[in-house]
Amino acid sequence: MAMQLTAEQQAMLNGEQGEVMAKVMKTLVMYGETFGAERMVPVTSEKGHLVTSFGLKMMTPVFDLMDQLLNAGVTSKQKFSVDPKPFDPAVPSDFLKNFVFKKFMYSKQDSYNEQLRKMGLLDDNAYTCACYLDEVGNTPKKGDILSWAESSAVAYANSVIGARCNRNSGLIEMMGSIAGFVPDFGLLTDEGRKATWIIEVKCSKKPEAQILGSAIGMKVMEDVPFVKGMNEWLGNELNDDAKAYLKDFGAACASNGAVGLYHIEGLTPEAVELGDSLIAENAQVYVIDDAELERVKASYPVMWKNPDATPKLCFVGCPHMTMAQLKEWTNNVYEGLKKNGRSKVSVPTVFTAPPAVCDEFKKTDLYAKLQSTGVVLSYICPLMYMNNPLAKKMPVITNSNKLRTYTTSRYYTSEEILDIITKEAK
Amino acid sequence: MKTFKGRPVVPGTATATALVSHGGFNTLASFQGALQFGDKQAKCGDQNNADIYEKPMVGTALCLPQTIGSTTGGLVLYCAKVMERCPACMLFSEHIDSLAAAGAIIGSVWTDTPMPTVDCLGEEFLNTVKTGDKITVYEDGTVTVE
Repeated sequence: MAMQLTAEQQAMLNGEQGEVMAKVMKTLVMYGETFGAERMVPVTSEKGHLVTSFGLKMMTPVFDLMDQLLNAGVTSKQKFSVDPKPFDPAVPSDFLKNFVFKKFMYSKQDSYNEQLRKMGLLDDNAYTCACYLDEVGNTPKKGDILSWAESSAVAYANSVIGARCNRNSGLIEMMGSIAGFVPDFGLLTDEGRKATWIIEVKCSKKPEAQILGSAIGMKVMEDVPFVKGMNEWLGNELNDDAKAYLKDFGAACASNGAVGLYHIEGLTPEAVELGDSLIAENAQVYVIDDAELERVKASYPVMWKNPDATPKLCFVGCPHMTMAQLKEWTNNVYEGLKKNGRSKVSVPTVFTAPPAVCDEFKKTDLYAKLQSTGVVLSYICPLMYMNNPLAKKMPVITNSNKLRTYTTSRYYTSEEILDIITKEAK
Repeated sequence: MKTFKGRPVVPGTATATALVSHGGFNTLASFQGALQFGDKQAKCGDQNNADIYEKPMVGTALCLPQTIGSTTGGLVLYCAKVMERCPACMLFSEHIDSLAAAGAIIGSVWTDTPMPTVDCLGEEFLNTVKTGDKITVYEDGTVTVE
């Protein structure tokens, strides 16, 4: 079915605002028609979020497309944040890695940063995947229509905030922010937000967010799950702990599958409001118990050349950590080292958080405590760091299922990570 | 020879050898190594996809249910298209997902050589087609497997 466009939208498609804007419009119309959208709806959030932050040489076609837009005077109608920067001098590295990063892989970083600025980047602190955190200041309102990408941010905005956003790809999200409207389909509609899976969690202890999310993502793929049985562990209030848990859970759902929205019974806003009426007829059921989580965890391949190698680097914070997580991890590492009679972590460790969270954290007494443990605080994107062919060969450990999925890093639970980095290296 | 009828998301014709992923195709995980490090064969880098891990993807008829993973997926496909590291066509048994659709459509609107993309070919298509089969794609979304 052809989409019904307003006079303004039709004029844009016809080229009245130039050939490049017409291409933007044509892209959005084709995208909408592929999913049966009958109309465009206005983007109502104050700010956008883009997924592409990295000036990787391999992205040259994207930079050329950005040039086409900017040269035609086509920019975003809303300011936006963007995913984290791919390198940070604070992160342990060496001469060779720095050379490969700057001269070979990310040789386009400075020029791409400038393109982003011209397109509508909020400011130099707006580089984070967790843009919705209070300190960053890109928190949409419930019901807002978004033109965002970044799978973890879209899942969080849809599920925890109750905003409405499809799992847009990079470039599409920018075109929606440029046009000021997006095609109305999928997770923007009431019908598209109904759950087609019921997840019954029957575990004997609080499930690790990253493994539970991974199990659900692998099972339901792009469908919407309604998760029951979590209130015992998460309560009925979206407090800082619950939000942090759901941030990590959602990122695993989105990267190990393609989940853009999930409902948690009695906790997330639409599940609280609408309850079981959010569940579609004939929804499938997936029961998760301790054994199922063990099975899923055991299925992760170890990509290290030597599976018994001593870890050379540890990343915690993919997606970027919240302030509460940063504080908790700092205290846990400090106490763990004390218990084990050590003062410094045994594996070079990087905690990653949004620049604004790092800034706030550095004002607290805990920062000195963290520094005393040898842990580095950074705004880097661990995933992009791991793209380095030299880093790829390193035995890197993480508690992030997203990082595990896209790189050669090895997954351990948070408890296991804490144990590894606070004890003598093997 | 078996014939399947799907919906042309990006119409076009192609003849190529099938590469079949029965699970979700993780675009970023599959392509990032190939695009970054000059692998002209575009060997699949997704360690979680046993069907096609380390198999060349360039010039194939990539048969899959849907794509999964990072929302860079669409722009990664677009880059693969411009850098000539992409499959000859993409054939989805299910309705195309939003990331793959973005990649196919951006490639169609912003380049001169669109990659034929067909979806809704049905579960039987993916149960029938085997890696190495000869695939022919027609403008109207008809796909033959032999």
